[in-house]
Amino acid sequence: MNRLPHIWCPGCGNGIVMKAIAQAIDKQGLDQNKTVIVSGIGCSSRASGYMDFDTLHTAHGRAIPFATGIKLANPELNVIVITGDGDCTAIGGNHFIHGARRNVDLTVVLFNNNIYGMTGGQASPLTPLGKKATTAPYGSVDRAFDACELAKAAGATYVARSTAYHVNQMVDLIAEGIANKGFSFVETMTPCPISYGRRNKLGDAAAMLKGMSQQAVPLIAYEKMSEEQREGKIPTGVLHKSQFPEYCSEYAQVICMAGEGEV
Amino acid sequence: MSEARLMQGNEACAEGALAAGVRFFGGYPITPSTEIAEHMAGALPALGGTFIQMEDEIAGIAVVLGAALAGKKVLTATSGPGFSLKQELIGYGCIAEIPAVIVNVQRTGPSTGQPTSPSQGDIMQARWGTHGDHPMIALSPWTVRESFDVAVKAVNYAERFRTPVIILLDEVVGHMRERVVLPRPEEIDVYPRRKPVVTEGEPYKPFKPMDDLVPSPADFGTGHRYHVTGLFHDETGFPSGNAKLTKDVTHRLHEKIMRAQDEITHYDEFFMEDAEIVVVAYGGTARTAYAGVEAARKKGVKVGMVRLMTIWPFADKIIKKIAAQAKAILVPEMNYGQLVLEVERVAAGQAKVVSLPKYDTEIFTPQEIVAAIEDLNAEVAK
Repeated sequence: MNRLPHIWCPGCGNGIVMKAIAQAIDKQGLDQNKTVIVSGIGCSSRASGYMDFDTLHTAHGRAIPFATGIKLANPELNVIVITGDGDCTAIGGNHFIHGARRNVDLTVVLFNNNIYGMTGGQASPLTPLGKKATTAPYGSVDRAFDACELAKAAGATYVARSTAYHVNQMVDLIAEGIANKGFSFVETMTPCPISYGRRNKLGDAAAMLKGMSQQAVPLIAYEKMSEEQREGKIPTGVLHKSQFPEYCSEYAQVICMAGEGEV
Repeated sequence: MSEARLMQGNEACAEGALAAGVRFFGGYPITPSTEIAEHMAGALPALGGTFIQMEDEIAGIAVVLGAALAGKKVLTATSGPGFSLKQELIGYGCIAEIPAVIVNVQRTGPSTGQPTSPSQGDIMQARWGTHGDHPMIALSPWTVRESFDVAVKAVNYAERFRTPVIILLDEVVGHMRERVVLPRPEEIDVYPRRKPVVTEGEPYKPFKPMDDLVPSPADFGTGHRYHVTGLFHDETGFPSGNAKLTKDVTHRLHEKIMRAQDEITHYDEFFMEDAEIVVVAYGGTARTAYAGVEAARKKGVKVGMVRLMTIWPFADKIIKKIAAQAKAILVPEMNYGQLVLEVERVAAGQAKVVSLPKYDTEIFTPQEIVAAIEDLNAEVAK
């Protein structure tokens, strides 16, 4: 309580996602003393400071390599990464794809508010085409990433998406990501009424949440939709699962081989 | 360990780090430092440690800072371009007080420059490369054997002061092979990871400074649960925008190093009893400088030499002393003239300070040093 008031604006969805992470940790019964939260820089990344674990608020874009170091140094720790859309897919894009490629046992939760909130509303790689930002006053001409497709293509072994409207689903998806032994990626859509919604006439926080409820379509239903029907819709739920050896387990075998002089 | 071996400077540096307890290396390949990563890739798993090749230079330092927080002694190695890329996170290590050693095997720059040519061009970058006010420890060996010793010292200082420490190798020392006899493990002093201090009945304060002004935060995963950030923070680790706190923390970060300056600042003195001219040199250049000083002595010139192992914090006490004793100070460096600016600042006009810069990708010859000493000798005799 001595950390209140928090830094987030009225109507921000970050608190919803942060609570979902805490509930997912609880659901999986993780040891509070063996769980580390690592974040980058941005509005979302301030969540680490409000959570009662070993928490690390790193530099812009660098949460995943810091988290990789923690996990490799002590594989018994549960390591969860909190990152934003700019943090993860712009300045941290290289670390994101290589994190997925390596398949270190991390759970990365992307808080996607479609904008750089902390710096006042600049376009991010997840700002949808045509949407306005302070650095795209005429509407963004940059195509947005689909962060889940990117994670999947790069080798993540668990990929899911939820929204701040679908809180129970979000808790379940993050919990499943924690349970996956490998690089898990969960995109959570979270409203930023102040720096994104206002400029794009998306209404207040409640209206933005309602918008998310209408955009989100479970993957099974989404797959059955035509191209026209998919317009403005976003698939949610578990989007991808695959099997690949986890990095720390593989490196443990390297240590065994080296110990036996098999170089 | 006590047998004579033919060894490269980069390899000796890696061996020194291992001897001091480094068990985690993360990095990215770059000439002329790559042998350090290659050596670590083979040696670390055999010791139960971890090597990881990262996707870029920034990830190379991020991963070691993470590993350090989780309890490992850590090393990364790079060269000029990579050193530039790592600078932001070197600053992160300063303010978050994370022990880590960064080796920079310098090459000719700026930018891609001359990737395989020797240089001492990163002296000022080591000190001021990251943004904002911060202290820095940087060491520069002049022999293969000393590359081992400097690596041990660097790891110990990083742990003792909870700060990043930089090893400035130059390509000459990094790639040179010499016969070395390394110390036995029992002959090496290793500074252990500082232990967390908990006061009964008080909330845990990981960043509360001890008597030496250095805090002793717990390793992650040991049950103390605290926050680490690159923002200015109070003793609990939680961010604060308080003006007085910002001032006090900045001051403490400097003071924890400067209070121990005599412990950190190492140098050698040669032929100094009656020296009227003093050559101040470091790294690979000091080897040629020594040969030049010896040759000039044989010609009857009253010349001495101070060889700096510690570049930062700057060895101001010895420079002040020689400025009072000598007529002139000659500073040969494989750059456009960097550390000479510090020598000038400290000499403060008491002795004439002359820069002997070399930036044509070639190393100094002893003849060049002798000629410069003789010119200077003639000038001060006037």
